[in-house]
Amino acid sequence: MNDTYDIRGSELHIEVHKFRAGAIILATAFALVLQAFLPIYFPKASILDLPLLIVIYFGLSRRNPSTGLLLGMAIGILQDSLSGPTVPLGLYGIAKTIIGYLASSIGARLDTEHPAARFALTIAFFAVHQGIIALTRRLLLSQPEPWFTVHLGIAALVNAVVAVFLFMLLDRLRKPS
Amino acid sequence: MVGIPSRHRSIFLLGGVVLLQILLLAVQIKRDSQGRLIRVWTVGAVSPFERAGAHGVSHVRDTWNHYFALQHTSRENEDLRRENGALKLEITQLQSKAGEADRLAALLKFRQTNVDVPMISARVIGGSADSASQTIYLDRGERDGIRKNMGVITPDGVVGKVIESYKDTAQVLLLTDKESGVGAMLVESRLQGPVGGTGEPLMVMKYIPNDDNVNSGERVVTSGMDRIFPRDLPVGTIAEIKAGSPFKQLRVKPAASLERLEEVFILLTMKPLELKQESAPSSAAPTAAPSAAATNPPSPEKP
Repeated sequence: MNDTYDIRGSELHIEVHKFRAGAIILATAFALVLQAFLPIYFPKASILDLPLLIVIYFGLSRRNPSTGLLLGMAIGILQDSLSGPTVPLGLYGIAKTIIGYLASSIGARLDTEHPAARFALTIAFFAVHQGIIALTRRLLLSQPEPWFTVHLGIAALVNAVVAVFLFMLLDRLRKPS
Repeated sequence: MVGIPSRHRSIFLLGGVVLLQILLLAVQIKRDSQGRLIRVWTVGAVSPFERAGAHGVSHVRDTWNHYFALQHTSRENEDLRRENGALKLEITQLQSKAGEADRLAALLKFRQTNVDVPMISARVIGGSADSASQTIYLDRGERDGIRKNMGVITPDGVVGKVIESYKDTAQVLLLTDKESGVGAMLVESRLQGPVGGTGEPLMVMKYIPNDDNVNSGERVVTSGMDRIFPRDLPVGTIAEIKAGSPFKQLRVKPAASLERLEEVFILLTMKPLELKQESAPSSAAPTAAPSAAATNPPSPEKP
């Protein structure tokens, strides 16, 4: 975990980032805790999906699909555990597993360091995440879940804006290459 | 993972993990279970951080509210102080209006009770220019039939008498003036004696022998002997009793609020009157006994 290495394609040079010891665990725990108690004091904060942003960030940075999907699964299941009884274990787990995989896969192919790219990718991942949750609820749980609403659109934009700044903050946890 | 190309390894892993979670979902649906064990672990692990976070947020918020947000609080205090001042002023005005309404209601009631007694209401428009004399000016005068020596009363009791009548105003000598006097008697013992002013808030009742029993708080009413006021109008109550030689020194507290007069009645006739008093006094001051005939009518005086 302490190494930095490059994925060298024929034309593309993409750096794979390593993080300080415990950074991923701490960031994940911090995101889960904030996600759980922040809406109590600031109800509008419920629009944020900080665990998703963490999965996206580490997926894009680590650029290892296996690690990304396992991290997504772990964060998703923990989020399921902290959610209400209407959320069975695995609902967010499946969605975040797939997002972790996709983020890692895309991160291995694209330069995702630019804020604009991060903004756009977060919106896209948020939409995919919502799509997976809606699909899971409808197909596996027989629960009604909208594919898209205006609120979800706003949530995607807000999360994308937050992601730009949060990712800059998380960049500081990287080990110098 | 032997035999699986490395680039496909993650796809297989993804499929396996997703499948595993789908099975987990299926188990929960089938057994109606919510994975309690995992939830307990997770909540147990996260709750200390949540508690610490909540404590931190609370601390930060308290710090902000009590220290950094004081500028807003100061402005709010100023606004509240200003609003408080305006409300106090409004309350004072409303209390004044309510007091005026109460007084007018009492006057009206008194007037309706004694509808056959010729009297006219008047408003106090001024007081004496010097502090030595206790006089007031009313907004009624000769045009309204006001003549010298006419009695001035309120529903609470005797006020004084008219000492000068002008075209549109009249000057009234209050009972508390040194020159003032009224024929009076004690309600219980029926002892008679003049009550006169001293220039102070309390009046004196004269010529009550030391041998006669007088109680503090005993009511004093008009005797009708002065030929100005009808009998049994409230004059006041005994406030102080001292032995004298040969008469008692009795101090009488006026029944009417002479220091706060705003509206009064002027008795328009010098003929015998029969005033009916309310059973319940309109103020803390005592009132006279119900209805009494004026046996000693005031002598008419030509204007």
